Amino acid sequence: MIEQTVFYFFAGLLLLAATMVITVKNPVHAALSLVLAFFCSAAIWLLLQAEFLAIVLILVYVGAVMVLFLFVIMMLDINLTVLREGFSRFLPVGISVAVLMAVSMGLVITSGRFTTGGNYEALKHAADYSNTRELGIALFTDYLYPFEIAGAILLLAIVAAISLTLRKRPDTKTPKVEKQVAVHRAGHVRLVRMEAEKE
Amino acid sequence: MTLTTELALLAPEIALLIMTSIVLVVDSLYDNPDRVLTYKLSQLALIITTGLVLLQFPEVSTHIMSGHFVSDPMSAILKIVLGLMTLIVFFYSYDYLLEHELLKGEYFILMLFAVLGMQIMISANSLLTVYLGLELLSLALYAMVAMNRTSAVATEAAMKYFVLGALASGMLLYGISMLYGVSGTLELPALATYLGAQTEANLLLVFGLVFIVVGLAFKLGAVPFHMWVPDVYQGSPTSVTLFIGTAPKIAAFAMAIRLLADGLQPLAGDWQGMLIVLAVLSMAGGNLIAISQSNIKRMLAYSTIAHVGFLMLGLISANQTGYASAMFYVIVYTLMSMGSFGMVILLGRNGHEADNLDDFKGLAERSPWFAFIMLILMFSMAGVPPFIGFWAKWFVIKEVIAAGHLWVAALAVIFSVVGAYYYLRIVKLMFFDKPVQMTAIKSSQEMRMVLSLNGLAILILGFMPGFLMTLCIEAMGF
Repeated sequence: MIEQTVFYFFAGLLLLAATMVITVKNPVHAALSLVLAFFCSAAIWLLLQAEFLAIVLILVYVGAVMVLFLFVIMMLDINLTVLREGFSRFLPVGISVAVLMAVSMGLVITSGRFTTGGNYEALKHAADYSNTRELGIALFTDYLYPFEIAGAILLLAIVAAISLTLRKRPDTKTPKVEKQVAVHRAGHVRLVRMEAEKE
Repeated sequence: MTLTTELALLAPEIALLIMTSIVLVVDSLYDNPDRVLTYKLSQLALIITTGLVLLQFPEVSTHIMSGHFVSDPMSAILKIVLGLMTLIVFFYSYDYLLEHELLKGEYFILMLFAVLGMQIMISANSLLTVYLGLELLSLALYAMVAMNRTSAVATEAAMKYFVLGALASGMLLYGISMLYGVSGTLELPALATYLGAQTEANLLLVFGLVFIVVGLAFKLGAVPFHMWVPDVYQGSPTSVTLFIGTAPKIAAFAMAIRLLADGLQPLAGDWQGMLIVLAVLSMAGGNLIAISQSNIKRMLAYSTIAHVGFLMLGLISANQTGYASAMFYVIVYTLMSMGSFGMVILLGRNGHEADNLDDFKGLAERSPWFAFIMLILMFSMAGVPPFIGFWAKWFVIKEVIAAGHLWVAALAVIFSVVGAYYYLRIVKLMFFDKPVQMTAIKSSQEMRMVLSLNGLAILILGFMPGFLMTLCIEAMGF
C-alpha cells in the first residue's frame, strides 16, 4: 500500500515535471524541471530495487549533464523570440508527426503483447542482493562485446570533440612552456668582461 | 568454445582497436608536420587487420561472444573488401588533404574508428551490436564531414547529416525495441527462429519491421529518405565524400543482410514489398534528378541514390542467389565510385576543387590516359558491356526476373538507360569539348598508379565476372 502511494506520488510528479520542461517559458526553469523529472524517475527505479541505475541517473544526469546544460543556457543567453518565430509555421507538420507517433505508440501498447496479466508485483530480492554486482556480472560476461564497443564509442567521441573544437591559431600569444623550461643561461645571457672605468 | 578461440576470431577487431590507440598516442606525442608517420601507421593498421582476416578465413559460420558476434565467409570477404577500399581512400586523400590544408592526424584516426564500426556491423549477430557498430561509424563520419571548420557549406552538411542521422538511428532503435519487446531476444538467429514459429500476423512485428526498414533506407540513402545525400556529398571535403561514398555502402549492405536476411527472413513477405517501392523510387528519383546537376559531386550523389535502388533490387528476391547478386553489386559499385571521386580529387589543384562538370571539358587533350580511365568508370557506371558495371546490373536484373517481378526489371532497365545520359555526357565533355584551361595535372606517382589500377580493375573484372560472383555465392553459403 505504501509502495503504491509512493509510486503514484513520484509518477505524478514526474509527469508534471516533464510537462513543465516543454511548457515553461524560461529555459533555466525548463532545465530545472528536467532535473526534477530525472530525480522522480530515479525514485521509481529505487522502488523497483534498481539502486545502481537510480544512483547513476542522479550522479551522471543530474550531477554532470544537467549542470553543463545550465551553464550552456546561461552563457549562451538565448534569444527566445527568435526561437519561437517558426512555431506557427511548423505547427501542422509537428502535430501530424506527433499524432502519428502517438497512434503508433498507442497501438504498440494496446497490442496485448505487453500486458502483465492480473496483479503484477515487482520481483522481491533478499536484503543482501547486490544490484551493482549483478549488473557487473552481466556486463562483463554476456555483454562483454557490446560493452567494449561502447567504450570505443566513448573514446571516439572524445577524439571527435577535441578535433572539432581545439584549434591552434598562429596569431594567438600563448606561453610555450617547453621552451621556457629549456632555457639555458648560455643562450640568453652574455658575460662581458669590462675594464673598470675610472672617472 | 574457449575464450582463446573466441579471441582469435575477434583478432581483426582487437588488432584494429589497439593499432588505432597506438596511432592516437603516436600522433599526439610525435609532432610530425605533414603527418607522414600517422598516415603510414594507419595504413599499416589496415594491412594488419585485413591480413588477420585473410589468415583465418572461416569455412563455416561461428557465433561467439554470447551470440553477439558472427564469423562467416560473408563477413570475411566484406571485411577484406572494406580494408582494401579504405586503403585506396588513404592513397587518394593524403595529397588532397595536404593541398587543402586539412591535414590533421585526427582525420586518419577517425577513419580507423569508422572502419572498426563497419567491421562490427559486418560481423554483428545481435540487434545490439548492429546498432553500436552503426553509431561508431556514424559518429566518426559526422566529425569527418565537419572537420573543415572554415567552410560554411561543410558545416551545414555536417549539421544536416548529424540531425538526419540521429533521426534514422532513433527510428532504427524504435524498431529494434519493438522486436525485442515481442520476441524477448536480441540475437538475430534466435529472432528468426521466434518469428518462424509465429503463425498469425502480428501488428507489432510489422511496426517494428517498418521502423527498421526506414532506418536502413535512411542510412543507405534511398528515396524518399535521401535528402541528406546530395548536401553531404557536395558539402564535405572531396576526400571525405570519397570515403562516405564507398566503404560505408559495404557496411550498410552488411547491415541490411544481417537484419533482413539473418533476423527477419520469416517476415520476407512484408519487407519485399517495402523494398520494391524504395528501389523503384530510388532508381527513378536518383537518375532523373542527376541529369540536371552541374556539380559532379552532386551528380554522383544522385547516381549513388540510383545505385542504392539497384542494390535493393538484389534483396527483393529474398534468397541466397539474390543476396549474392546484391553483394556483387555493392562491391562493384564501391570500386566504381572510388575511381570517380578519385578522378575529382586528381583534377583538383592548389586548393581549387574540380567539382564542376566544366572541369572535365577537354580532359582528353590534357591527359589522354586519365580521360580513358574516366571513360571506363563512366561506361561501367552506366552499365555498358563489357565493363563490370554491366555484369552487376545483369545479375541483379536476372534475380528480379527469377523472382517474378517482371515490371520491376523493366523499370530498372528503363531507368538505367535514362541514367546513361548523364554518364555519357561526361565522356562527351572529355573527348569532344575544348578544354577550359590547360594546366597540367599534377599529382603524386602513388596516386596516379592506384587510380590507374582502380580503373583497369573495372575493365579486367568485366572480362571475368565469374570470379567475383563465385566468391559472392560462396559468401552467402553454398
